Amino acid sequence: MSRPTASWTPLSRTEMAARIARDIPEGWYVNLGIGVPTLVADHVPVEREVIFHAENGILGIGPAPDAAHVDPWLINAGKQYVTLRAGGSYIHHADSFGVIRGGHLDLCVLGAYEVAETGDIANWATSENDMAPAVGGAMDLAVGARRLWVAMEHTTKEGRPRLVRACSYPLTAIGAVARVYTNLAVLDVTPEGFRVLDMVPGLTLDDLQELTEATLSPAS
Amino acid sequence: MINKFVASVVDALHGIEDGSTILLGGFGAVGQATHLIEGLIETGAKDLTVVANNAGYGRVGLARLLEAGRVRKLICSFPRIAGSTIFESLYRAGRLELELVPQGTLAERMRAAGAGVPAFFTPTGVGTRLAEGKETREIGGRTHVLEYALPGDVALVEAWQADRWGNLRYRAAGRNFNPVVAMAGRLTIVQTQHIAKLGELDPETVVTPGIFVDRVVHLPHGDPVL
Repeated sequence: MSRPTASWTPLSRTEMAARIARDIPEGWYVNLGIGVPTLVADHVPVEREVIFHAENGILGIGPAPDAAHVDPWLINAGKQYVTLRAGGSYIHHADSFGVIRGGHLDLCVLGAYEVAETGDIANWATSENDMAPAVGGAMDLAVGARRLWVAMEHTTKEGRPRLVRACSYPLTAIGAVARVYTNLAVLDVTPEGFRVLDMVPGLTLDDLQELTEATLSPAS
Repeated sequence: MINKFVASVVDALHGIEDGSTILLGGFGAVGQATHLIEGLIETGAKDLTVVANNAGYGRVGLARLLEAGRVRKLICSFPRIAGSTIFESLYRAGRLELELVPQGTLAERMRAAGAGVPAFFTPTGVGTRLAEGKETREIGGRTHVLEYALPGDVALVEAWQADRWGNLRYRAAGRNFNPVVAMAGRLTIVQTQHIAKLGELDPETVVTPGIFVDRVVHLPHGDPVL
């Protein structure tokens, strides 16, 4: 953070994941992107039945296996070993993206470089001249899931705001983001721009606005 | 008697011509027909267009084929992964053409090819640099991009079990792109971990029916290594 003060503390990556997990109800079908989003699954208790999907054709991902129980044929989209819980199933790639594009997922959580107040998201390339680009399933997920939430740090390491009026990095999708969870706040994307739902203890709306390029409005 | 089994990788890959488009199953190492891909080097085929989710890693499989200079163009969704150094150096040196395609569009373009659909509209990529120059249309109040089917001259598949008619089953996440490329290849070649007797595979659980398969080679090479 650019100006940490004694009065508030940003959430850790684990705390961000736990905060997101709190808002996912039983019964949702959910795809989690790489990074903080992947950690969200660890904070949804197994008895709250949320069905996690991976682009490479898995529905019903369970907890990560310990070293003795790795199945070398069972990886997620981040190419980490996973397990399949009872009730899980395998589908091929075209069906898996039918799940995504067809609006069957209740939620996708992605990381991002920037989110604009219009809901535009930039999360796959950092410059127009990226010498070895990779997009994966991000563009399909962003337009296809019924809700897109983003998990990211509120600013870059250098203190540059990530919540912006218009994205400066190449876009992943336009007008797609519904909600952003940062290490400082939870914000909904509304027709009037970002609306702050929640902030870390001790942080004021003025503090948050100073770290944000887009104009913020309070919850009520 | 139909018997799609062949004795060797050389027999399996017989007749692949220069300039062919080769579709690869697999997601990273899992479900990728590594031995068939490396076997392409021995066939001498060059000027290939390879369609795959990733661009290989280390010095195995697709990375080896790239290093051997046999690939002119790669159509790919996520080429840059840990260990994809051969791809990165060829690409930076301008020795490899890259067409970057969103993963779902890549899968659907091959599915469409296999299903006889020449093109389709998708919401994926609208307003991004991957849709630049492409035809768009408003359908149901939403903008869509026109994407064309992507057929292959050859598809290389890894299966868990195969019978002599070419009926296939996969293992866990090893399924991924394999059933899709199997449909989209004019010549579909399979490497299988296990042989099943005809009639042994429960017809309710056959994932790829033999109609999509031309040749099968038994290569029990063991588990994928990440």
